[in-house]
Amino acid sequence: MNNCTERIYNGLVKENPTFVLMLGMCPTLAVTTSAINGVGMGLSTTVVLVLSNMLISMLRKIIPDSVRMPAFIVVVASFVTIVQFLLEGFVPSLYDSLGIYIPLIVVNCIILGRAESYASKNPVLPSIFDGIGMGLGFTVGLTAIGVVREVIGTGAAFGKQILPLADAAAGTGGYVPVTIFILPPGAFLVLAFLVALQNKVRSNAAKKGKKVPEASGCKEGCGSCGNGGCSGKVFPTGNEK
Amino acid sequence: MSENKLKMSSSPHIRSKDTSGKIMLYVTIALLPASAFGIWNFGLSALVMLICTTASSVLTEYIYEKLMHKKITVDDFSAVVTGLLLGLNMPASAPWWMGVIGGVFAILIVKQLFGGLGQNFMNPALGARCFLLISFTSQMTTFIYDGVTGPTPLAQLKAGEAVDSMSMLIGRIPGTIGETSVIAIIIGAIFLILMGVIDLRIPGTYIVTFIVFIGIFGHFANSDVGFFDPQYITAHLCGGGLMLGAWFMATDYVTSPITKKGQIVYGMLLGILTGLFRLFGGSAEGVSYAIIISNLVVPLIERVTLPKPFGKGGEK
Repeated sequence: MNNCTERIYNGLVKENPTFVLMLGMCPTLAVTTSAINGVGMGLSTTVVLVLSNMLISMLRKIIPDSVRMPAFIVVVASFVTIVQFLLEGFVPSLYDSLGIYIPLIVVNCIILGRAESYASKNPVLPSIFDGIGMGLGFTVGLTAIGVVREVIGTGAAFGKQILPLADAAAGTGGYVPVTIFILPPGAFLVLAFLVALQNKVRSNAAKKGKKVPEASGCKEGCGSCGNGGCSGKVFPTGNEK
Repeated sequence: MSENKLKMSSSPHIRSKDTSGKIMLYVTIALLPASAFGIWNFGLSALVMLICTTASSVLTEYIYEKLMHKKITVDDFSAVVTGLLLGLNMPASAPWWMGVIGGVFAILIVKQLFGGLGQNFMNPALGARCFLLISFTSQMTTFIYDGVTGPTPLAQLKAGEAVDSMSMLIGRIPGTIGETSVIAIIIGAIFLILMGVIDLRIPGTYIVTFIVFIGIFGHFANSDVGFFDPQYITAHLCGGGLMLGAWFMATDYVTSPITKKGQIVYGMLLGILTGLFRLFGGSAEGVSYAIIISNLVVPLIERVTLPKPFGKGGEK
């Protein structure tokens, strides 16, 4: 597998930001009330992530190490502003439903995390593909949570009613939506169950002796990995410091 | 030789004959008067609801423990108590499948996923009730009594209407299945106190704090009510889930503090929160939320009220 497709696979599966790295939880929990919102948020983040990874990778030899954080933030914030204006101009409905979470992409820890742990240390092309991979992984994560919440919470998927609703006034039976799933507690429930499910799939695969894809950073020890919260607990490698 | 008869063992040296199964059985028995009154008051649909919640709770516990290869703890009656309490907290007019969802949620998510009996961080029955209340608000707050959909006395009280305290005491009022009859609940509570299952510390401080709170702040919520208006306080005590909550759910062993001082703090917190929600909250009732919020702070309460062992903390 060449380096570029490897980055995409890494972002989508091995180090999926939502289900494996557990990064960017704030937008993950807040905006996934519907599948459309999940896709919208995921793609907006992807665009910012790809562009910021690209620019930061280009500038990686110019930015002095001591001021790298403010520099990254300036780069990310510029792209977020562009994305925000584009969304407001062309998809106002999505802009309205995502609300404050679009400007908050600036402080999304996936973007800063990738800038810090990957783009500032690697050439431009792999950085772009790292951005695409991570962004798509985030999009897949948000869409999965969004679909589950929307179907259980309203009986619809991507805005289309797939389960006919019960109508008490007309006396017709049907699906009674479980409203809690489009409210904040539902986000925690769905996220927890999806993470549990993917952990189960992984551990089953491991039991059957299949090669379980492990987070790439682990090969070189924890120092090179962007996942600060893991520190050897999630992916024991034996060579962590 | 006398020294040969000495038996060496580590503590505890005095063991009680009580098991969790026995205590839970007593709680189940104590809930029977309220259940029976609910069935008499609301008819067959109340019985169906109680059976649905209890059966789904017990079945969920059994299936989960079977699948997870754990010790089957269905025979300790804790799932029965959870299911029964959940059923008593449901309106009789709610569809039966809501009771089933509630029972599954209570046992699977609130209890078993956190480690089973003794590990749950909030009362499973109330966790499930609040889950249902948020999810199916209209069905959970529609109370049909004698074929008529009407407001509960507590909602009337909030709207400033007059209520009949006597029928609230007996329980001939709309409400959830088990909360209406104060008398039936008190009978169960007295049984529990006599059997030594619960003591007065939590329910007592809860109710006293609540009376004081309502007595003082009732005037601010409703200007027609004077300070410590006996009629108003009686109606608040007999209405809604206060009695059921104070005697049966706030006293749950797992989710209430063990320390004596902690139990008093917990009771006061419950009283204040319930009063706050009832007088100034959006809905008329607030016992369920008050209890589950207080459940969440129990670890903190226990931490600050830990008794000092003899000899510790003398000179600094």
